[in-house]
Amino acid sequence: MPPPDHSAASPDPIVDARGIVVRFGDVTAVDGVDLQVRRGSIYALLGPNGAGKTTLIRVLSTLLKPDAGVAMVAGIDVVADPPMARTRIGLAGQFAAVDEYQTGRENVEMIGRLYRLSRAESRTRTSEILERIGLMEAADRRVGTYSGGMRRRLDLAASLIGRPEVMFLDEPTTGIDPRSRVGVWELVQDLVAGGTTVLLTTQYLEEADQLADRVGVIDRGRIITEGTADELKDTMGGTIVEVEPPAGRHEEFRRVLASAVEGEVTWDPQRGHLRLPAAEGAASLMAVTRALDAADLVPDDITTHKPTLDDVFLSLTEDDAPATNAADDPDPQRSRTRGRKARR
Amino acid sequence: MTTATAPTSDTGRIGLADVVSDTLVVTRRGLIRNIRLPQLLVFATIQPVMFLLLFNYVFGGVIGTQIPPAAGGKYINFLMPGLLVQIVVFGAGQTAIGLTEDLNNGVIDRFRSLPMARSAVLAGRTIADLVRNAFVVSLMLVVAFAIGFRYQSSFLGFLGGVALALAFAFTLSWVMASIGLRIKNPEAVQSAVFIPVFPFVFASSVFVPPETMPSWLRAFADHQPVTIIANAIRGLMLGEGILPAGQTVAGQTLLALAWIVGLLVVFAPLAVRLYRRAVT
Ligand SMILES: Nc1ncnc2c1ncn2[C@@H]1O[C@H](COP(=O)(O)OP(=O)(O)O)[C@@H](O)[C@H]1O
Ligand SMILES: [Mg+2]
Repeated sequence: MPPPDHSAASPDPIVDARGIVVRFGDVTAVDGVDLQVRRGSIYALLGPNGAGKTTLIRVLSTLLKPDAGVAMVAGIDVVADPPMARTRIGLAGQFAAVDEYQTGRENVEMIGRLYRLSRAESRTRTSEILERIGLMEAADRRVGTYSGGMRRRLDLAASLIGRPEVMFLDEPTTGIDPRSRVGVWELVQDLVAGGTTVLLTTQYLEEADQLADRVGVIDRGRIITEGTADELKDTMGGTIVEVEPPAGRHEEFRRVLASAVEGEVTWDPQRGHLRLPAAEGAASLMAVTRALDAADLVPDDITTHKPTLDDVFLSLTEDDAPATNAADDPDPQRSRTRGRKARR
Repeated sequence: MTTATAPTSDTGRIGLADVVSDTLVVTRRGLIRNIRLPQLLVFATIQPVMFLLLFNYVFGGVIGTQIPPAAGGKYINFLMPGLLVQIVVFGAGQTAIGLTEDLNNGVIDRFRSLPMARSAVLAGRTIADLVRNAFVVSLMLVVAFAIGFRYQSSFLGFLGGVALALAFAFTLSWVMASIGLRIKNPEAVQSAVFIPVFPFVFASSVFVPPETMPSWLRAFADHQPVTIIANAIRGLMLGEGILPAGQTVAGQTLLALAWIVGLLVVFAPLAVRLYRRAVT
């Protein structure tokens, strides 16, 4: 007996996952995730490689049974009733799952048929979709001749043909050039304008910032913080100061800076910056310069900027920086603590 | 999309008509792949024809004097039924390779997220490979007839032999599907499916009667499925006289069918189970 259809009657949230746990042997890939996505919104799961993004998407798209937890998608329990859930969802996985030896049109029509559209309907909708994603010209060429960005868009389009209520996009722009990335973003925004809900994963902060209504930062199988991009930025205070110390001297600089300002001083090894919040704007900046001057330290550069997701992400997942005060921490090289809690 | 999103089906329950329709869609995909990938087509057509010509003209003179008179004095008559088995065994690995590619490209994930019949993915693939085999076998028959092959029994016996070869091909597809789904890695699958093929094809009655092999090898050659299928096809096409003493056409055919059905009964459910659990 099929359960009653709540899809029209339950506006919020359209994705509702609670306590999801997935283990692979000793590895806990997803470690107790709660996730709610509002109907008609874009939610971005932002996290580094190995954070558990793909595993979570696989659970929500019925590919994998979780070891614990419940997940409702479009009012259907994906664990208890995967066949019904599949009629409501679309998945574009981490690799563009399109056939190189078929044309773009053949690929999409095939998926349409598997979504149980009639042949005629599948054909009509394929043309509509190819037109919309700007692949009409290449429609009858084999996908083997497509660029990475074209394949990605085709992969998304293939899922669209089933008119899914929820689309899961796993790293939709990884590995494609910046211009194609914008094309994929437009397609996602277009999708949502048409009423679909999108849950996407990304390693790119800019992508989450540009696209998402809400962002969940995921690391080591846990969602460590969540909110709108703006809320996340607000947690960083008004302004960020970046100090670039001479090579190899960031610990020394960090000690001095940590005593000069309120809040966390973090080290970004990739860019070679120390970052600190400047709660009082210019006054904080002057406190920074005074403290450095008093300690006889001359940085290579000092800049200020409004916080980006980059800053949020870095402060939550950084590898070697202690949580609050460098001077108090005996071992700045300790491994990062698991599930460090988000500051509010 | 201007209209609001709407579910394509209310329940996702899958009926028999859906299974058939999904299987046809996946079969079509497999056929397109078989036709459009040049290396597949070349391997599938040139290689069997080359074997036919080379074995017939290189070894035919020597071996032709050693084969039973029921072959009508021509090695090609003895060789052709054996080669039917050889090509389906060599080609079967394609099922495993195609499946592991799909597994690693995310195609299987995509299929598993669709409201389609799960069995269609494997059924479609094996049916497409069966069609490919039928094509290759036909091509080979044309060449074989052109260079002098003549069946010595009846047209019905000849057709029976062809049918047996194709049935064996279909069963092997399921064996190979299980291997592919178990191993998952495309490179590892290449060697896992192609290396065992050689002892099975050469230590058999495909090219020569096993009578002259050393007794330890002969013990294997006489009883392994490739020999049994090859003998059955040969019996059907050339008559009882071609078979080793004590074997009958009916007996060999039944034995061959038992192998074909037995392997299918074991490996088809195994492949389906492995498919359900396949996680990359
Ligand atoms: N099938 C699997 N078997 C074993 N470990 C896995 C499997 N899939 C993922 N993992 C592990 O689970 C963790 C999360 O992986 P994944 O969900 O792919 O992360 P992400 O998509 O964020 O990069 C990683 O440590 C990964 O090695
Ligand atoms: Mg991933």
